[in-house]
Amino acid sequence: MPRVVFAPALQRHVSLPPSVVDGATVRDVLEAALDGNARARRYILDDQSALRKHMLIFVDGARVADRRTLSDPVHPTSEIYVLQSLSGG
Amino acid sequence: MSNRFLVATRKGLFTFERTGGGAQPWQITHTDFFGDNVSMVLHDARHGHIHAALDHGHFGVKMHRADEATRTWEELAAPAYPPRPEGLEENDMWGRPLPWSTVRVWALETGGHDAPGTLWCGTIPGGLFKSEDSGATWRIVESLWHHPDRPKWMAGGADLPALHAILVDPRKSATVRVGVSTGGMWQTDDGGQSWRVRGTGLRAEYVPPEHTHHPMFQDIHALAQCPGEPDRLWIQHHNGIFHSEDGGETWREITDVSVSTFGFAVKVHPRDGKTAWFVPAIKDEKRVPADGRFVVTRTRDGGKSFETLSQGLPQQHAYDLVYRHALDIDETGNRLVMGSTTGGVWVSEDGGDTWCEAAGRLPPVYCVRFMAS
Repeated sequence: MPRVVFAPALQRHVSLPPSVVDGATVRDVLEAALDGNARARRYILDDQSALRKHMLIFVDGARVADRRTLSDPVHPTSEIYVLQSLSGG
Repeated sequence: MSNRFLVATRKGLFTFERTGGGAQPWQITHTDFFGDNVSMVLHDARHGHIHAALDHGHFGVKMHRADEATRTWEELAAPAYPPRPEGLEENDMWGRPLPWSTVRVWALETGGHDAPGTLWCGTIPGGLFKSEDSGATWRIVESLWHHPDRPKWMAGGADLPALHAILVDPRKSATVRVGVSTGGMWQTDDGGQSWRVRGTGLRAEYVPPEHTHHPMFQDIHALAQCPGEPDRLWIQHHNGIFHSEDGGETWREITDVSVSTFGFAVKVHPRDGKTAWFVPAIKDEKRVPADGRFVVTRTRDGGKSFETLSQGLPQQHAYDLVYRHALDIDETGNRLVMGSTTGGVWVSEDGGDTWCEAAGRLPPVYCVRFMAS
């Protein structure tokens, strides 16, 4: 199953250890990884459930293209990194 | 008389207390959220709560609440915009999609003594939120957000429309006035079910002539209402100072003011609605004190005349700007506090005649609030 890793900078605010969850898209795995953790979800997604402006997600080293619906595909062996960008903020 | 005040800054929340006499009677006694951007703070004396709005940049806006006695902070839900209707295209004045998402908390007020759990919250990009459980949950005031004129609001103090001023009428808490930059002053008399824009007599010099006197094109920097004379209101406007004696229905522009009519903050005396304080600056591209002299202006006669108050304030190479929420007055009307963009904090205990520097090198100050006893 895909593995999701969250940026160290997030850990100051919310505890988000790496997790292994099922899913075929970035949305699937992110929602699964954040299931039951509404507080952490708000640090990563905005009011419309899109990726926050200054957050980035990489899947197997490639930056995701769809920041709004998070429809980029993931594979069972994918590594997903949720990071903050170096711009803004 | 208030012996404590809160200072929200770019790098933390500081609490000052009057610990004694002498040259430095005001000392920092608490530091919270060290290093974090605290855009707004509120003391709710009804419950002994302190509310702080944090802007974590990358991670968004967060709301925290503490019991003032224990100072144990708890993160609560932040105001969140409703789902944008599928297919709705709404752009900001620059042609970019308007975010239906809380970008900044820029106003936070208690709802009145007859509504003990009620809080109001103003945000960028223009949404007004109401909580009826002391900030545990928020809901957007749909009647204002879905008002047909709301999409016409423009950017002013920020790149997006900003609802940054909230006045709950002391006579009846269902009457609430809000200030929008830029969108004018809006009023509800039924607790937020319906709204109308008010402001006959306001003047905007930065729009085409046909819009100059339109209430909705007014860039309100700050609103103030006298608790003891609630029909007397003041506006520090982008291009001037305005005073109303009829609850905000009509306004009179005040032009003959020494130093400048430009600024961000205004406070009115708690019982004498003709007495108000301003912190002037060179308008409007420079936004620094005139001639490097940091002063406060005060009227005691409803704007007919103004005094320039400078005793205790830096008078050489001072480039301090006081933002719209960075001037406060206590319930006596004698104590004022203000904080500046360059980290100065000054307190007056004699209605502004003299000032004492309480801090000189804090981070940029966004909001100061006396803590009611």
